[in-house]
Amino acid sequence: MRHWWKALGIALLFGVVLLGLRTPLSPALVHQDPEAGPITLYDAFWTGATGSGIAETPCGPMVVRANTLEPFRFPHRSLLNESVRNLFFHVPMWFAMMVLMTISVVHSVRYLRGYDLAQDDGALSAAHVGLLFAVLGLVTGSIWARVTWGGWWTDDTKLNGAAVTTLIYCAYLVLRGSVPDERKAARLAAVYNIFAYVLMVVFLMVLPRLSDSLHPGNGGNPAFNQYDLDDRLRLVFYPAVLGWILLATWAYTLARRTRHLQTLLHHAHDA
Amino acid sequence: MEGYPPRDAMRPKEIIGLVQLEVALDLRQKASWAGMLLYTVSAVYLCYLGVRGGLPLPTWNALFWTVLLFAAFNALARSFQREDAGRQIYLHTLVDPRSVVLARTLYNMAVMLVLSLLTLAVYVLMLGGAVLDEAQVGVFLLSVVLGGTGFATVLTLIAAIAARAGNGMGLTAILGFPLVLPLLLSVMRASKLALDGMPWSITSTYLLWLVLIDVLALALAYLLFPYLWRD
Repeated sequence: MRHWWKALGIALLFGVVLLGLRTPLSPALVHQDPEAGPITLYDAFWTGATGSGIAETPCGPMVVRANTLEPFRFPHRSLLNESVRNLFFHVPMWFAMMVLMTISVVHSVRYLRGYDLAQDDGALSAAHVGLLFAVLGLVTGSIWARVTWGGWWTDDTKLNGAAVTTLIYCAYLVLRGSVPDERKAARLAAVYNIFAYVLMVVFLMVLPRLSDSLHPGNGGNPAFNQYDLDDRLRLVFYPAVLGWILLATWAYTLARRTRHLQTLLHHAHDA
Repeated sequence: MEGYPPRDAMRPKEIIGLVQLEVALDLRQKASWAGMLLYTVSAVYLCYLGVRGGLPLPTWNALFWTVLLFAAFNALARSFQREDAGRQIYLHTLVDPRSVVLARTLYNMAVMLVLSLLTLAVYVLMLGGAVLDEAQVGVFLLSVVLGGTGFATVLTLIAAIAARAGNGMGLTAILGFPLVLPLLLSVMRASKLALDGMPWSITSTYLLWLVLIDVLALALAYLLFPYLWRD
């Protein structure tokens, strides 16, 4: 059973899609006003029954139809609304991409240590699949941005980081394509890959500190803390990250094997 | 191939010799210097014709850095072009490849230092320097110099890769652009703050990041260049 992790990835993603798309949303608090009827407080958060509310005037009976009481609900927040489910798709894409780019750079280092073309196949396949996940991340992010921030592309530091990362790996593929000699292409690409990866990681660390971002965790927006990522989202989010990473790794191994077979076929033709 | 590259210490004498060689070779090729200058002047003149005076501060800043970035690409992309196979083998038998990349980076930094100040001079002359009136001129000049030399540290290795791939100019721009972008963003921010007259304590953060990126790029070039230099 050495393929268990593939099954695990698929099972996790199946669960993520099912739970992530089918779980109903519910607001944090519903205030039962005697005159106005129920008032839904989307952006309230539940701190446990301490008896004191956030309203200035004393509230009537507070009926909590909340996250905390009903069996399994995602928080219904204003602006986010149903799009909160994108958390299980958009964010894990970047996690998966970073894992693949790390696999790629590790293979590039190994290539330079032994000049074994099999290592280069690994680096190239990982970069290919990583780029696919970057594009998926951009697409899901763009849709989410349209819904919540009102534009397909906003001037945001994380978006610049994503754009730079995508450009780097496109440039990596262009570099490979422009050198006809296989071994020379592998060597130059490995050098570029290592150089670009290190600078990219520094960039992704530096950039958020240079300016504010609309993303959670920047510029006063809450990050994954108790207000923002509630426990029920977390319960689906972490398996989603693991599931997408496993799927990406599987895709990478398939790409690598396909490339290996193509090389064999190519050599068979030549011979 | 085992044990390549040799793990011996840096060789300052060798590096100084190589820098002197670069200077001598470049002084002999006055046309390349003239070409760089002409490129800068033409680019600035084009901007001048396009905008016709009075630019607001952010645009003035952005346009300046765009001109300087393209001038840098133009100047640095040719930095490994004259390395034909024969000369490369000759150098290879004489010196450590890491000395070559350090010498070339140092020389390119010097070139960019001159080029960025010249570009600034031409730019101020043609598009007007009214924005400098309320600026922290010293800090602004520092960010121009650091930005220019920063381009040199990042682009030297890229130029080497592109030259080895046999497609110098075009490939340098494609490979270099995404890697220069972080540097460009932070130096543009720093110079904008300096033009706004912000004190050194605010601007210095961005310039420190810049120096960090420079040092990192230099270290990586030192480690990686030997792998480019064999066939």
